[in-house]
Amino acid sequence: MSTTYVGALELASGAVLVSAIMTLWRRQVRSIVAMLSLQGIALSAVAIILAVHEHDRALLITGLLVFAVKGIVVPGLLRRVSQLDPNSRESAPLVNVPASLVFAAVLIVLSYVVSSRVTSFAPTEATHLTPIGIATVLVGYFMLVTRRRAVSKIVGLILVDNGIALVTFLLTSGVPLIVELGSSLDVLLVVVVLQFLVVSMGRHLRTDELAEMKALHD
Amino acid sequence: MLIILALLIPLLTTVLAASFRWRPWIGWTTAGSSAAVLGVGIALCVRTTTHVPLTALDGALRADSLSSFMVVVIGTVSLLATLFTPRTLRQEIESGVTTPRYARHYVVLMEVFITCMLLAVLTANLGVLWVSIEATTIATTFLVSHRRTDGAFEASWKYVILCSIGIALAFLGTVLVYFAELHVGGTHHSASLDWTSVMAIAHHLNPDVMRLAFALLVLGYGTKVGLVPMHSWLPDAHSQAPAPVSALMSGVLLTVAFYALLRFKAIADAALGPAFPRALFIVVGIASLLLASAMLIAQRDLKRMLAYSSIEHMGLLALGAAAGTPLAIAAVLLHILGHGITKSVLFLSSGEIYHVEGTTEIARISGLLARRPVLGGIFGFGLMALVGFPPFSLFVSELSMARAEVDVGLWWVVAISLACLGVIFGAFASHARQMLMGAAPSTSAGPVATARSVAVPLVTALVVCALIGVVAWPLQSLLHSAAHVVVP
Repeated sequence: MSTTYVGALELASGAVLVSAIMTLWRRQVRSIVAMLSLQGIALSAVAIILAVHEHDRALLITGLLVFAVKGIVVPGLLRRVSQLDPNSRESAPLVNVPASLVFAAVLIVLSYVVSSRVTSFAPTEATHLTPIGIATVLVGYFMLVTRRRAVSKIVGLILVDNGIALVTFLLTSGVPLIVELGSSLDVLLVVVVLQFLVVSMGRHLRTDELAEMKALHD
Repeated sequence: MLIILALLIPLLTTVLAASFRWRPWIGWTTAGSSAAVLGVGIALCVRTTTHVPLTALDGALRADSLSSFMVVVIGTVSLLATLFTPRTLRQEIESGVTTPRYARHYVVLMEVFITCMLLAVLTANLGVLWVSIEATTIATTFLVSHRRTDGAFEASWKYVILCSIGIALAFLGTVLVYFAELHVGGTHHSASLDWTSVMAIAHHLNPDVMRLAFALLVLGYGTKVGLVPMHSWLPDAHSQAPAPVSALMSGVLLTVAFYALLRFKAIADAALGPAFPRALFIVVGIASLLLASAMLIAQRDLKRMLAYSSIEHMGLLALGAAAGTPLAIAAVLLHILGHGITKSVLFLSSGEIYHVEGTTEIARISGLLARRPVLGGIFGFGLMALVGFPPFSLFVSELSMARAEVDVGLWWVVAISLACLGVIFGAFASHARQMLMGAAPSTSAGPVATARSVAVPLVTALVVCALIGVVAWPLQSLLHSAAHVVVP
């Protein structure tokens, strides 16, 4: 087992989690989107490192696909949403930034506890890193719950998705290619749909503060 | 060949609808296409009940009796829904709610939606199953926001966000199943998420991994099924969408997601034994029943009332699946068909009620039976079918599920669900009394006839629902064979 391989894998996986936490820290929508782009690139690096190590051509294709979709296209779509209102900031999250960062630390510990039983069943260098993916998923859910702007919710959704993709790469070196293609397409379309919705809602309700949506209730 | 045909028909209809401007004949073509899908579904059932499963495209597509049964359910409900497409769109264009451009989007998305559901039940691959169920979310988002009101946008936003994060959990669960499949017996061998090969080694899947995987799958697909705790999108989406879309979503989309759970339940039963899947299904099932009965008592809106009733029936399905005997699964499948037909009749007639009354608020609808005898009658009989009156098939399926639950010692589950059904019956009875028999507004004239194009399909559907409750003949062997796919 070459140490360069392990080191590179740890670095790239770590970058995925660090960029997730950075999205909690930054408030300017533009820089959050930049973090997301960084995360997509780190994620594709994980896939490509694994592909080179295992001589797996399908995984290499997956890695390039992830680079294109999650590193470039999805952040590009979000950038267009944020341009609707160039100075947009997450004004009043339900949990403030320092508390969010503390909470993220708790989530990371939690993810090590959760994944220990799964990873101990097939211990390799890659599966040992699985908790990083789980932690990214949990940070994504945290963002979805505590941030009120529509754009931040989309970012949370993408974090969840990237975290799951990281778990997939580390645990199983990716799912069968057809499933990977299908799920990437789905993610892309969901972001497109959400972008359309935010734009039409902005035109219609003149706001994307979701706290103001209260037309439906029992 | 039949499998490919089942997918090709709606696919070609999609292309057709996309390439022409909206005209009523396109609407009728979609109805014809749904009828053809139903025909293919019946042919598939005939082939797969007695023979081995059919496959197509190198085994990528596969139809066993369970898939074939689901094709019939999809065909039936989509036939009902698409028969109302020309009428709904004409009314909406006349009243300025929509334009011909959006009418075209509507038809295209409807067909994409139906195609995705068919792919979900006909694929052999558990990963592709996930991909197609997620794709239904994408196709239906703009159908929910079709009316472009504040409420419609809010509903579709909640719908797509909640369903996407929920279904992401199901993907994680699928990945864990794949991980377990890769490491069967500690050796690294080829895995594919193919249903047949996963089932063949299901006994050897690692129980720790499978326990986590199945819990994630129940939560994830449970979101799409509308099971508590991930149900909150459902009443909003179902009440804001146009009536045919609500009919399709409630009648068949929920149960297509439930079909995914049934498949994974078979795998989990083999890997973990029945206790763990049963416990999970009981928890979500009872929670759904309790929530639905609480929300139905004080419900003020007609379409939300029907939506909560869907949560109730999905809870009943979960409890039936918890029992897990062949009888229980056969009853679950019969309930899927009966609920699909009944709920679409009710949603479609509620769309008609909205059209003539201009509201779906229960308190503002009254004396329907005196003023519009046919429409009111259809609605009344639909409600009777829904709460489980004989001769409708829901009576038979609810009774059989309860029997199966008692057989495996879950009598306390039956007791709780009967109490909930009692409360729900009371709630429905009081709402129905208000709407059907309450004093008619003094301004209204004598009885008004209901258009034949509305009455004929709905009455036929109710008659079919009653017939399958009375005559088990064509379904019995099919249900038996389909149940044995889940309980080998």
